[in-house]
Formats: sequence, structure tokens, C-alpha cells
Amino acid sequence: MKTIEVLGSGCANCNRLEANAREAVIMAGVEAEVVHVTDPREIVGRGVMSTPGLVIDGRVVSAGRIPSAGDIAVWLSDPS
Amino acid sequence: MTAIVLPRPNRRLPLPLVVGTAAVAWLAAWMLEAPTADWITFTVLGLTHESHLGETLAFLLEDLPKVLLLLTGIVTLVTLIRGFFPPERVRPLLVGRGLVPGSFAAAGVGVITPFCSCSAVPLFIGFVEAGVPLGVTFAFLIASPMVNEVALVMLWGLFGPGIALAYMAAGLTVAIVGGLVIGKLGLERYVEDYVWALQGRPSTAIAIRLTWADRLSDAWAYTRSLVRKLLPYLVIGIGLGALIHGYAPTDLVATLGGRANPFAVPIVVLLAVPMYSNAAGTIPIVQALLGKGLPLGTTLSFMMAVTAISLPEFVILRRVIKLPLLAVFIGVVSTGIIAIGYLFNVLVS
Repeated sequence: MKTIEVLGSGCANCNRLEANAREAVIMAGVEAEVVHVTDPREIVGRGVMSTPGLVIDGRVVSAGRIPSAGDIAVWLSDPS
Repeated sequence: MTAIVLPRPNRRLPLPLVVGTAAVAWLAAWMLEAPTADWITFTVLGLTHESHLGETLAFLLEDLPKVLLLLTGIVTLVTLIRGFFPPERVRPLLVGRGLVPGSFAAAGVGVITPFCSCSAVPLFIGFVEAGVPLGVTFAFLIASPMVNEVALVMLWGLFGPGIALAYMAAGLTVAIVGGLVIGKLGLERYVEDYVWALQGRPSTAIAIRLTWADRLSDAWAYTRSLVRKLLPYLVIGIGLGALIHGYAPTDLVATLGGRANPFAVPIVVLLAVPMYSNAAGTIPIVQALLGKGLPLGTTLSFMMAVTAISLPEFVILRRVIKLPLLAVFIGVVSTGIIAIGYLFNVLVS
């Protein structure tokens, strides 16, 4: 079970990233829950200043950009 | 810090081929669009140069593709370049500087750093907790949305270097003076307490290694969404410009917003408060306003106010700063913008 956190204040870009993340979960065929983190303290606490940010199992994989569902799916399948 | 290299899926097309084809197509379109517009209007439709309709149509067919080409080409390039300067990377440049050099530096890097108003709060916390002085942080927050290089290049391409440099100088001045004033007033107690309680944390995000394919597809995605958002305004703005160009120029706007009305500058600033757009989004409106004879200072004030005075951003910022500081921020920025408007109206006449 993987945890995907979308960091963002709920802006249009953040919602697009969340949609990509959900699509990626289906593409990768893994079990994962997608959480939207909106508290600015939590966002900065993960070392991200430019939203939207993406965290997979506690590891920041992107910030300030919207990776495609295909990219996120590869990260989800990555064993490391 | 070790770089984080993430795995990527295989791309179907080789990168140099995609970039090369796009560049050639862009250049060809740039060189061919004006003759094509003339050919359609004057040869195919048989309209004469003397007719109002002919002039209007040639203008519309020539200007819309020109602006679209400028937008897509320049925005893609510039977005690609500024992707190398995320706020996480410029922050160390501002830590531990005095108020005066810090404000100048913050306004300067604010020009190149990408900024989205929804990032304002994490950015504010990230700067303050790392030890960037409050005034310097505000200089950055004012400059970043207001003076960005996409707007500068668009202004340069459409109205020439004079207006572009004037806008940049005006925006930097407002940001630097705003930062200095807020810094000098010593308003640190009006920052929400929890911000100070946060521990300084190194940014993990800058360690992520991006490939050129990532950067190019990000830039292209941004350009596409910007053009889609702007297209209706462009058609309306250039449509208006085309009508004015071909038919008798109306001076309705010029009378209302012109030199004869001493309150024109504060009025356009007030009008701009409920409007929010990024700087590039105001260009078509600016084009229409200048075309209708609005003085330069008033037009620049309008553009700065639309980008820098945004109600949604103030509501978001209220989560990290208390009302008195927010009021000072709004007051300093609006006063600066109005002063710049009057100054340019007096200087350029």
C-alpha cells in the first residue's frame, strides 16, 4: 500500500496533479491512497515551497510542476 | 546534496527531432504570415488598400497570428529558462542579507522566478523560516507576479523596448520601495506566530534532477494553457484594435481615462482590483487601451494593479500575516502603483 500526497492549496494546478496521480495509480496497477495536503505548514515541512508538490511514501518526487500520469505511474512501480 | 534521479518512461520521439521540427515550423509561419494575410485580403478577396474593410481585415489576419506566434514561441522559451530558477534555488541568495541589498536582490530574482499566487503562502513561510528578512520577502512577493519576463518580452515585441523597460523599471521600483518600507516599519509581530515556530528545513525539492524532455514538456504544457486562456481576450482585443485601425479612432476611453481627468490613475487601479490575471494575460487589454489613446502611465498602472493587487492572494496571505501587516502591504503597493502612473504621465507627454 503506497501513500501519495498532493501538496497544494487546492488551486487548478493542484487538482490537475491529483487527477494525474489517481490515473497513475490505475495505470501502475498498484494499491495506493491519494491524499491532498493543503496545510501550508505541512507543505513547507516536507521541504516544498512551490506548489503543486508530489510526495510518494514520504519522498518528494516533484515540486512546482505537473508530472504526467505516465511519469507518476513509473515512479509508483519503482521498487527503490 | 546527492541528486535524486527518478526513472522515466521511454519517449516515443527523439527530442532533437521534435525541437527541430517545431523551430522550423515556427520560423516558416513567422516569415509567411504577413504576406499570406495581404494576399488573402487584397488578391483573393480583391479588396483595395484604400478601403476601410480591406485595411481592417489585413490587420486582423496579420496581427492575430503574429501575437499567437510570439506568445507560443517566447512563452515556451522563457518558461523553459525560468524552470532553472525555482524559489527553492534562489532562497539561499537572499538569506542573511541586509534590508537594502536584500530588497534589490529579491526584486531582481523575482523577475526570473516562476510564481503562482497559489504558492504565495508556502513561499512566504519558506522564506521567513529560512531567515530571509520580512521586507526582503515582501519585495520578492511584490516583484514576482508583477514583473515577469513573459510580460516583458511580449511588451517588447508588441510595443517596442521603451514601454517594456518602463514597465520593468516601474515594477522593480514599487517592489524595492515596498520591501524597504515594510522592512523599516518593523512589522514582524504581525506575522502569525506559528510561522516563527517552524524549524528551518532544507529544501528537498531542488535535489530532483529534471531531464530536458521534462523541462520542454512542462514549458509546452504551460504555454498551451496560457494561450487557451488568452485566446478569447486576444480575439476581442485585437478585434477592437482592428476596428479602430481601419475606421475612425474613437476617443471615448481617452476622454474618460486621459490627461483631462486627474483621477484617471486611481480609478483604473480601483477597476483592476477585482480583476486578476497574470502579467501576460493583461497584454491584450493593454494593447486595446494604448490603442484607444490612454496615456502610458495610466496604462502601466492598470497593468501593475491587475497583476499585483489580487483579492484571492490577499485572502491566502491572511493565513500567515495578521490584518495590520496585510493592510500595510496593500497600502504600500497601491500607493506605489498610483505614484508610478502619475510619474509616467508627467514624464512621457
